[in-house]
Amino acid sequence: MKPSDVRVILNKYEEDRGGLISILEDIQAKYSYLPHDALKIVSEETGRSLVDIYGVATFYKAFSLSPRGKHLISVCMGTACHVRGAPQIAEEFERQLGIQSGGTTTDREFTLETVNCLGACALGPIVVVDGHYFSKVSTTKVKQILKNAKDRLDKISIEKDRRIFPVEVSCVRCNHSLMDPNFLVDGCPSIKVIVSFENKHGWLLLSSLYGSYKVSSEFDIPTNTIINFFCPHCNAELSSATACTACGAPMVPMIVKGGGMVQICSRHGCRSHMLDLNGINF
Amino acid sequence: MINLTINGLDVSVEEGSTLLEAAQYLGFPIPTLCHMEGLSPYGACRLCVVEIGEGEKSKLVSSCTYPAEEGLKVRTASARVVRARKMIIELLLASCPQSKTIQDLASKLEVRQQRFRQEHEDCILCGLCVRMCEEQMMAKAIGFRGRGEKRSIGTPFDIKSDVCRFCGGCIYVCPACQLRCTYNEPEKAICGGCANLSPPCVEIDRFNDMMCYMDPCVACEIEKD
Ligand code: FES
Ligand code: FES
Repeated sequence: MKPSDVRVILNKYEEDRGGLISILEDIQAKYSYLPHDALKIVSEETGRSLVDIYGVATFYKAFSLSPRGKHLISVCMGTACHVRGAPQIAEEFERQLGIQSGGTTTDREFTLETVNCLGACALGPIVVVDGHYFSKVSTTKVKQILKNAKDRLDKISIEKDRRIFPVEVSCVRCNHSLMDPNFLVDGCPSIKVIVSFENKHGWLLLSSLYGSYKVSSEFDIPTNTIINFFCPHCNAELSSATACTACGAPMVPMIVKGGGMVQICSRHGCRSHMLDLNGINF
Repeated sequence: MINLTINGLDVSVEEGSTLLEAAQYLGFPIPTLCHMEGLSPYGACRLCVVEIGEGEKSKLVSSCTYPAEEGLKVRTASARVVRARKMIIELLLASCPQSKTIQDLASKLEVRQQRFRQEHEDCILCGLCVRMCEEQMMAKAIGFRGRGEKRSIGTPFDIKSDVCRFCGGCIYVCPACQLRCTYNEPEKAICGGCANLSPPCVEIDRFNDMMCYMDPCVACEIEKD
């Protein structure tokens, strides 16, 4: 760890030294954990006591004080995934990797953790590897997931995707279809969701053509606003733990009929999206 | 000045004072554990609960953190309050049975037994030491770490803190590590003998090994009930 690197991060927050969590997030993003010395520098530079910073760093599960592996595997242990056998899946990961959950393999390839509900219960049991969702995981799939993670996940570049085909999606919480056959966008049934931003609340219709960005909405949405998406059936918020690789906004997950998951960026105007079809990535 | 009623008595207190201060001003006793003059109120132990409001809307609040409000009706010893306090002290006893401070509070609330699985955890996370270190000793060497059942108090990274001067202030205020009473069997340490309730007995022999080092001893009184 180089002290100058930490100082560069700190300089970014020159004006807003109150944003301790953002500072720690940036440090964690750089080193994949929070090195002891980095916390000391943060303490010196921001004038906050080390014990407060340490308290915050240990409070949030997102922060780790020991080095993490290259790939982060999160096994969902939420209620819905639990009853569908998530504990066995976590065990299988533990066995294959030879580590306990919360641990990191000695070659620093994988870190395994369990989380509580990723908000995609209908697709459970869910395993997320580096932001990619694997749905309906069974113990037999574990090996494949590890292999995929090792060779491919980090190589996908989504921006280049130009394929166009219609997808049919449903809510990650209640599994109700989000398709609206009465309203066509791009000549295909549209995807209807409820959105809210800046005190406004209304419907939004998305094109179901994968690769098309046409939307129609009750309001004019200014570009660059981050919108919250909700399911019109169960009113659950559609939001995943993954951040957009392009702009950092939270991603919005939806189930793709036939198995798999599509995630779109919640920032209006950002074109980033991810498609995981049963773990196979496009 | 703010006017409120405590146990039916009208009282006016300065703006910004807490319910605990108001009640103490009138002389109503409220047990406290994590409250200490000179340290900011923290509201960790909940022993100081009082009932505010009336009828349906009444609720329990911790008096050491609740600011006095105009027209508020406060009860410091209603049945609900007493029940809550007894439960809280039982739970505290379950986690830290050997603290003399907790035992004394328990016997004052007439709790002589606790029904939960006994743990011998020492820290009850009252935060007195953390506040002492920061507010009186100006050091900020220790603090809370982790969360949920893993929450603990200590120095960052569990190594000696650069800012700690070994003043001992934290140990001085700790209700769990000062004055340990272990009776002769720690499990039953809630003898209450130290609550100084009645004059010492003469039959020292009979109660010798029950006797607390605090006198007077009331072991005989306890045996009766
Ligand atoms: S329980 Fe696993 S996603 Fe909700
Ligand atoms: S004394 Fe009020 S909560 Fe502890």
